[in-house]
Amino acid sequence: MAGNITLEVVTPEKVVVSEEVQIAVAPGSLGEFGVLVGHTTFLTTLKTGMIHYTGADGGQRYIFASGGFAEALPDKLTVLAESAERRRDIDTGRAQAAMERAQKRLEKEDEDIDFARAKAALERALHRIRIAGTKQ
Amino acid sequence: MATLKEVKTKIGAVKKTKQITKAMNMVAASRLRGAQTNMEGFRSYAEKFAEVLGGLSGRAGEETNPLLLPHDEVIKKHIILCTSDRGLCGGFNAHLISKADSFIKEAGEDIEFSVTNFGKKGRDWCRKKQISIRSEHIDVIGTVIKFNIASTAGKGLIDGFLNGEYDEVYVVYSEFISMGRQVATIKQLLPIPPMESDEDEAEDQDKPYLAEHICEPSPDELLGELLPRSVYVQLYSALLETSTSEHAARMMAMDNASKACDDMIDNLTLAYNKARQASITAELMDIVGGAEALRG
Repeated sequence: MAGNITLEVVTPEKVVVSEEVQIAVAPGSLGEFGVLVGHTTFLTTLKTGMIHYTGADGGQRYIFASGGFAEALPDKLTVLAESAERRRDIDTGRAQAAMERAQKRLEKEDEDIDFARAKAALERALHRIRIAGTKQ
Repeated sequence: MATLKEVKTKIGAVKKTKQITKAMNMVAASRLRGAQTNMEGFRSYAEKFAEVLGGLSGRAGEETNPLLLPHDEVIKKHIILCTSDRGLCGGFNAHLISKADSFIKEAGEDIEFSVTNFGKKGRDWCRKKQISIRSEHIDVIGTVIKFNIASTAGKGLIDGFLNGEYDEVYVVYSEFISMGRQVATIKQLLPIPPMESDEDEAEDQDKPYLAEHICEPSPDELLGELLPRSVYVQLYSALLETSTSEHAARMMAMDNASKACDDMIDNLTLAYNKARQASITAELMDIVGGAEALRG
């Protein structure tokens, strides 16, 4: 490998990740993309989903991110997300509850509900649960 | 002169008050530290965001997004008033409210105002003044604020702006400058004011930022995604600043109160000692007088 890049995942509340990684893969709105050292400068919005990367020590790590965008530079990938958590910080119980709540809301079709919002909440919860269940 | 017992009770009362103000001072100090950490955590996000947004807006087509376009006629204005929930923080809320008040008065009577409230004090003022309240958020300022509060409120504001419920949106908040200085500030939120191009140009010459970025989707679409978010970011930073300022203001107010308590205790102790001495002298006089009389 030619070298490492810096991965930074930042939310309004805190810096979630800031470390050297070998490769980072993020879910762009037009498709998943991987960033290695020397990547062309690139700016995209992100879908709700999983960012995964190989750390400098070779270990695989997973991060949940939603509502964000990413900027890739030759030596750096910056992700600005509205919410982001490392896999070990995901609260599965909360995600489960959020999923059930969203599903209930979506089932009641007749009522005037914020469909998009409920759907987004469901998507977030499903991704969180999926990532929390990923084997290391 | 007050009797000995009265003075003593009073000293006790002031001492107890001092205990309370001191405790509040300490609570405010620890909350302030928390709030400052939050602000610093947010700064890296805000800076990066501004950088990307500034670079993009230079590239995207001019004045295409409805959030950038001023309404032809401005008759309805909306204010987001950030105040604290509780008092005991000196002139903090008074400054914020008078800022909003003078802004409303300056606008004249033709303009119709509505308000979104963060904090009880501002809401109470709006109720008293009978200004229409669009929504209110209590128990936000002064706590650990989550970003989704800002984004939910921000979304509502943008919807209202696009529906024509109001033509301009301003936020009144307290800017945290230092421990001893917080300034009530008013800022336009919508339509999004144009970036200060002078500054941008100067920076661009140093570093042609984003010049050759590949954008996905197109720059215009990206900008459409980012602009609403920039409103949330602005709102969130206003909430954080107000929150930090509140704790700082309360800390200062409580510090002053504790000092005033000290002064009062000093004065009262002096009065107490004087009264005690006077009573001893009087007693001595009695005894001496009695002895003289017996001998005589």
